[in-house]
Amino acid sequence: MSGNIELLSGVLAAAKAEDRAALVGYLPAGFPTVEDGIAAAVAMIEGGCDIVEIGLPHSDPVLDGPVIQTADDIALRGGVRIADVIRTVGAVHAATGAPVLCMTYWNPVDRYGAERFAEDLAAVGGAGCILPDLPVEESAVWRAAAERHGLATVFVVAPSSRDERLAKITAVGSGFVYAASLMGVTGTRASVGASAEALVGRTRATTGLPVCVGLGVSNAEQAAEVAAFADGVIVGSAFVQRLLDAREAGQDLQAGLNALRGLAGELAAGVRKRG
Amino acid sequence: MTTDFFIPDPEGLVPNAAGYFGDFGGKFIPEALVAAVDEVAAEYDKAKADPAFAAELNDLLVNYTGRPSALTEVSRFGEHAGGARVFLKREDLNHTGSHKINNVLGQALLTRRMGKTRVIAETGAGQHGVATATACALFGLECTIYMGEIDTERQALNVARMRMLGAEVIAVKSGSRTLKDAINEAFRDWVANVDRTHYLFGTVAGPHPFPALVRDFHRVIGVEARRQLLERTGRLPDAALACVGGGSNAIGLFHAFLPDAGVRLIGLEAAGHGVDSGEHAATLTAGDPGILHGSRSYVLQDEDGQITEPYSISAGLDYPGIGPEHSYLKDAGRAEYRPVTDDEAMQALRLLSQTEGIIPAIESAHALAGALVVGRELGPDALLLVNLSGRGDKDMDTAAKYFGLYDDGAAGGRGGNDAQGETK
Repeated sequence: MSGNIELLSGVLAAAKAEDRAALVGYLPAGFPTVEDGIAAAVAMIEGGCDIVEIGLPHSDPVLDGPVIQTADDIALRGGVRIADVIRTVGAVHAATGAPVLCMTYWNPVDRYGAERFAEDLAAVGGAGCILPDLPVEESAVWRAAAERHGLATVFVVAPSSRDERLAKITAVGSGFVYAASLMGVTGTRASVGASAEALVGRTRATTGLPVCVGLGVSNAEQAAEVAAFADGVIVGSAFVQRLLDAREAGQDLQAGLNALRGLAGELAAGVRKRG
Repeated sequence: MTTDFFIPDPEGLVPNAAGYFGDFGGKFIPEALVAAVDEVAAEYDKAKADPAFAAELNDLLVNYTGRPSALTEVSRFGEHAGGARVFLKREDLNHTGSHKINNVLGQALLTRRMGKTRVIAETGAGQHGVATATACALFGLECTIYMGEIDTERQALNVARMRMLGAEVIAVKSGSRTLKDAINEAFRDWVANVDRTHYLFGTVAGPHPFPALVRDFHRVIGVEARRQLLERTGRLPDAALACVGGGSNAIGLFHAFLPDAGVRLIGLEAAGHGVDSGEHAATLTAGDPGILHGSRSYVLQDEDGQITEPYSISAGLDYPGIGPEHSYLKDAGRAEYRPVTDDEAMQALRLLSQTEGIIPAIESAHALAGALVVGRELGPDALLLVNLSGRGDKDMDTAAKYFGLYDDGAAGGRGGNDAQGETK
């Protein structure tokens, strides 16, 4: 079975045709449990997310701030395995029909085997992978496997990326380009980095791929602000925080899912306002 | 008195353009750090070609650090090592008390050349943190040190030293709360503050160019020791031994001997409670190739590629990775790596203290424990060179608890208190 890169591209194109940005939500697999995590990702799509990224929890999440570190830690202590992550991707896609990507640090994929990981991810209907610590220079093995199995390889670009590097990265990336709004780790911020719009412009100059912006976006106003210049808005920590809050308050899963649907709905309205 | 800083690398021992030693190394970093890491590499290349850089570093090594460091023959200790002649390269006598200052001064000069005003670093035992705080005081740089919470407790003296030197010390509470997590937190800081901040990496791991750059700054250890030993004994050692955590003091010692095929290079890893106990940091003995902290090397990991929490009584060796050049030397068969348990290291620590009047760091005591075994294997004609990478002042609380040296008897005493301990 081939992966769903075409579905991903189609959903991004459809959002563009509606003159809006796409909404991309992130949650780590296995958080708070594998089954509840599946329900949570489905709720995000029901609430208005167009695309979902499922994180592969890692022991050493160097690019994540405290919120996602906490969620990863809960998932790992709960015993989440790579097989559970792949199962989550498949279940969320099957329940919603939406494109579902996997976001993961490179070592788990390297250890599992790039070919095997791509094959298994495609087999459950996954759309692609975001590998934030795999620079383009080290990515040939993964890209070959992803291409064979119809998966997108989404590269992250940063405000510090020079134009010639942007060109080198977007030349081999697929699906979309993940533009980091600021220099830093994941987490909500009071304001979205001023460098984001310039980075999107510089990235567009090198590619026809959609450019989605992530890092720091947590509410409808910020989503609208980013939607004014980007093809997609990526939100992670704010969703994770909703689930952590529900957990902290001793609420049941339904309360957490309602909170996720609510936030997704607000953000979905935001990406349709375009600042 | 002069010392050698740059000796051209023996052929074939530099990483390739992508930063690989054979299959190991590379640059597995987020895109946000690529520009900064490339800047370090470019500045280092320029510095290598600049005689003024070498001159300034050499001046610091001689007049600030106190190089060349002594080479001390330890014959009473050698009696316990099968009667072998044992020489210690005394990096413990450097300013700040360990080999770490060699690399720190080099990178501090690079920091200044890059126009950066802030330095961050990770530290395990606190030796690299103290050296970094020292250089920042000397150069007027802002300094933040990340240290695992467990390590801030077991190396409290070094935390106080860093703060006295004006550094901010942040206790890292995530993960295993040791060196690995301190490095994670330093990377997070670097991504956010890279414009004005240099990450003064403390070992021969990390993304290219750090493994080669840090090694080059430590090559002086082996270069000096080789010359000193030839002058004193007229021959090369049968084996050169050093402890390995990330591997910086070991690579510094080994490198000058790489072309000397007759010199065995032996790295001693922390086996904690034993390699079979699951509580150890013996990466090359029990790990597999993987990616941690920016390079491909041996790592301790599970079958899903999650990094396993290491354990060692020694904070400086309590790390689940290893520099990529060591992985290369292991697979190439040029160096060998052996595990040393907590107990073996602690016995060696006491033995050197009580036979020679030299209290080594617990890290370095792993190398001494290895020398006791290798000496017995090779016999009385053997000549061993051991890198005494650091002094043990910082470890006195751990040692006092281990041996029951406190008057109130409040603490452990697992090792007993007899005067002449021997390792197994």
